[in-house]
Amino acid sequence: MIKIFLPYKIRENLDVPTEIEAYGSNLRNLIDHIEDMYPGVKEYLVDEGKLRPGMSAVIDGKTTRLGLIHKLDNVAEIHFLPSIAGGSK
Amino acid sequence: MAENKVKKVAVNTTINGEEMDILVDPYVSLLETLREVVGITGTKEGCNDGNCGACTVNLDGRIVDSCLVLGVEVEGKNIETVEGMANPDGLHPLQQAFLEEAALQCGICTPGFLVSAKALLDNEPDPSEERIRHWLAGNLCRCTGYDKIVKAVTKASKESK
Amino acid sequence: MVSTPENKNYKVIGTRPIRHDGYDKVTGRAQYGADIKLPGMLTGAVARSPYAHAKIKSIDTSEAEKMDGVFAVMTAKDLPRLGDVVRGNSEESGSEKHLSENVMAFDKVLYKGHVVAAVAAKDQNTAFEAVKKIKVDYEVLKPVIDVDQAMAKDASILHEDYSGDHLGKKVKNTNIAAHVRHENGDIDNGFEKSDLVVEKEVDMQTVHQGYLEPHSGTAVWDEEDRVKVWTSTQGSFAVRDSVSKVLDLDVSRVKVTPMEIGGGFGGKIPIYLEPISAVLSKKTRRPVKTLMSRTDVFDATGPGPGGKVKVKIGIDSEGKILAAYADIRLEAGAYPEAFIEAAAKCVFSCYDVPSMKIDAYDVVVNKPSSAPYRAPASPQVAFATETVVDEICNIKGYDPIDFRLKNVAEKGTRTALGPKYRTIGLKECLEAAKDSDHWKSNLDSNPKPGKKRGRGIASGYWFNIGFKSSVNLSLNPDGKVALIEGSTDIGGSRASIAMQAAEVLGIPAEDVRPSVVDTDSIGITDVTGGSRTTYATGYAAYNAAHKLIEQIIEKSALKWDINKDQIEYSDGVVKSKADSELKMTLKEIADDPPGGPIVSSASVDLEEAGGGFAVHIADLEIDEETGKTDIVNYTAIQDVGKAIHPSYVEGQMQGGAAQGIGWALNEEYFMSDDGIMLNSSYLDYRMPTSLDLPMINTIMVEVPSEEHPYGVRGVGEPPIVPPVPAIGNAINNALGLRLLSTPMKPSRITEALKRKK
Repeated sequence: MIKIFLPYKIRENLDVPTEIEAYGSNLRNLIDHIEDMYPGVKEYLVDEGKLRPGMSAVIDGKTTRLGLIHKLDNVAEIHFLPSIAGGSK
Repeated sequence: MAENKVKKVAVNTTINGEEMDILVDPYVSLLETLREVVGITGTKEGCNDGNCGACTVNLDGRIVDSCLVLGVEVEGKNIETVEGMANPDGLHPLQQAFLEEAALQCGICTPGFLVSAKALLDNEPDPSEERIRHWLAGNLCRCTGYDKIVKAVTKASKESK
Repeated sequence: MVSTPENKNYKVIGTRPIRHDGYDKVTGRAQYGADIKLPGMLTGAVARSPYAHAKIKSIDTSEAEKMDGVFAVMTAKDLPRLGDVVRGNSEESGSEKHLSENVMAFDKVLYKGHVVAAVAAKDQNTAFEAVKKIKVDYEVLKPVIDVDQAMAKDASILHEDYSGDHLGKKVKNTNIAAHVRHENGDIDNGFEKSDLVVEKEVDMQTVHQGYLEPHSGTAVWDEEDRVKVWTSTQGSFAVRDSVSKVLDLDVSRVKVTPMEIGGGFGGKIPIYLEPISAVLSKKTRRPVKTLMSRTDVFDATGPGPGGKVKVKIGIDSEGKILAAYADIRLEAGAYPEAFIEAAAKCVFSCYDVPSMKIDAYDVVVNKPSSAPYRAPASPQVAFATETVVDEICNIKGYDPIDFRLKNVAEKGTRTALGPKYRTIGLKECLEAAKDSDHWKSNLDSNPKPGKKRGRGIASGYWFNIGFKSSVNLSLNPDGKVALIEGSTDIGGSRASIAMQAAEVLGIPAEDVRPSVVDTDSIGITDVTGGSRTTYATGYAAYNAAHKLIEQIIEKSALKWDINKDQIEYSDGVVKSKADSELKMTLKEIADDPPGGPIVSSASVDLEEAGGGFAVHIADLEIDEETGKTDIVNYTAIQDVGKAIHPSYVEGQMQGGAAQGIGWALNEEYFMSDDGIMLNSSYLDYRMPTSLDLPMINTIMVEVPSEEHPYGVRGVGEPPIVPPVPAIGNAINNALGLRLLSTPMKPSRITEALKRKK
């Protein structure tokens, strides 16, 4: 099981604990598992089959560039966070 | 329309050792004249109001902001720009020093600094750090913090001996 | 991806070769944005709003159109109307409609200088005269010019049709484009248990990146609806993307050729003039070049956000931080996005904070739409946090370095946003600071009468993004390598990228010749910004060089008719493992290689690199009568991962420090109540000159990042973060008073001294 941390606004609006546990062979399956436990979360995270623009997934401290196809091997923590445009508007 | 049209003025001037005759609108700056009429773009526009030194050229031995000089004012005068600093034998010691000391990052202020610094070293071959900083205070650089520029000028002054 | 950096005996990395583009730049040959000349080129000029907030009732361009020498006139009606589609999950996020409207206003102007129309004419003077003839009928509205005004109950609203996102709820009729919150642990409990709680609020005025080269945009729109653009930019592909969106063209119809760029610091990531020149070119069937004046740059290009930041920190009796709270309100300017997520990420980044809460507000105001400025939002939040930390140390008598070490963020520490840090070097920077000559030196306790001296220290952080880069290599018949890349070079990056390829190939840096090319000539490469270039494009060069070696080995195998497992390559020589006489230099294998020329290409899309930490020490001397502050000693310490070209890494540290010093002491947008910037020139927007600064000492600490084969970390942005608080802390040390507003200019110091009496 992987420790999952969802952003404040999802936790507030859907009453999800700060830290939850879920599993999946890739990010897509993992989000489906989270959706099973907390319906409504997927809507915030996924749009048209991809990670929603403006949302990023940080896997063991590294922000994935692969999105939902990112394979989850030996992962301890995933943080879903608003993506940070360090560069531009 | 035609009677209100301002006529261009014929100007004879020497730029980087080359004498030339050019036609200049009387309201146009020397900066614009160099870049648009003569066609040499090494001298840059940073502010067009005499506050940054990016357009520095040497006019009859004196450094000026070319945005504050009119093109028609240089009749019979000698202008040196950055394009005149190197010669077929190689770079001017200042240019070489700027490269070795990494005294440029984006490079847009570099022509202005080189012309300014050359005027200093032509008259004062061994300036102190304070003197260099004072002399160059009319040239703005946003990238380097000036450290390496000052070091490059000091290095070039030693090399010129 | 490698998890540990390679061996430490580098041949090229860490040396200081002359940069490949250096000769062109010192001779004036290098071509920047305004230098381009195309046959038949016309000059564009724009009409700008004199009001900070107004509805456009009508625009009459008829007089301008009739003028002799005017070839075309345009308004926003000549641009396609775009929707509110949010663009992408990478460097380009924001609304397409806002992108277009910032280029040219459609029905409302939101800042003084907002473009409303443009002309193309035979020369600049005619263009300027034509612009004067454009008549715009405005209905002037009340502007809001700071976060307090914008957030007030009856504030004038900038975007009537826009809904702000307040903690996930859509809210209409607001200037708060977003309110986000991050929370870990229970801060109420933490503060309750604290032995000491200190809270400070800082207030910072808008500042500008100040690059010496004003913006430009040159374009040709041809008969096939293909658009060529020449511009100085930090991102040719970002320009291509934005221009194609604004003009509603397929991305492949736009080709962007980057000119050399005269400074950016983030401000040359957005587009301004390019689509305007393109449309004028479409109307005239001629190339059009449009430039900005310095006043235009100040009035109408994206500054770094001003705003207010409140930070509250609680510590236990041992000096350990228990809880921290931040309230961050930043000005987005006319359109949303004030980098508040970056602010949240950075505010407590130097500390191990067991419980914290951050509220961050993205507030639109009637100022130009803010653009990234070197570590966007990090200097603002660092000012608040480092001031509070300094105050804690003063109250308790803690050594400022020891306190920071006691609470230091290191590998495994949870960041403010939640993820744990990977390998970072803050601790090493603090230790280097403690050990530095500067810190060990005595502050002159007997300055001249009327002068006071003080010392301040502060730390700061910036993360490094990764994203996409592409590099192509080809081996020339003389054994030298051509390197093609798309990262526009604002500080010597093409050299550091070439050096990484040279290191892999084992050849001198001079033998790898880099070119920065247009968007048709190389694969997608994200912006030169976010401290990503040496890291990501360097990594692509590293990969491409390894692939080139594979090619060399394969073709040698063919040439010698042996198995490629029998062949090895190092330092420019390919040889048989079995027979030491059987070898070729790069020149020899490049001479008619079997099966075709030796080329390779690589592309990357990297996760973020290990971030960079900086610690700065400032000694000041303040004249008590005039308030003038001189910097008498300054040291910038930074974890640079691995300095590929140390001279240019030092350059980043010194340049960032200089900008931070200007920000601390003099720079500000001096605004009238009507929202007009009154000091829109280099005379009155006072950036440091060579006379204002001492030599800036640099100490490079190298804690290699885990994310790059040479341990590269981005170095460009961290150095602008500590100066403002370091200087604020030094002023407090000298005078016993805390200035909580920037700039800490002479008049503020003398007023504060008067109040103290």
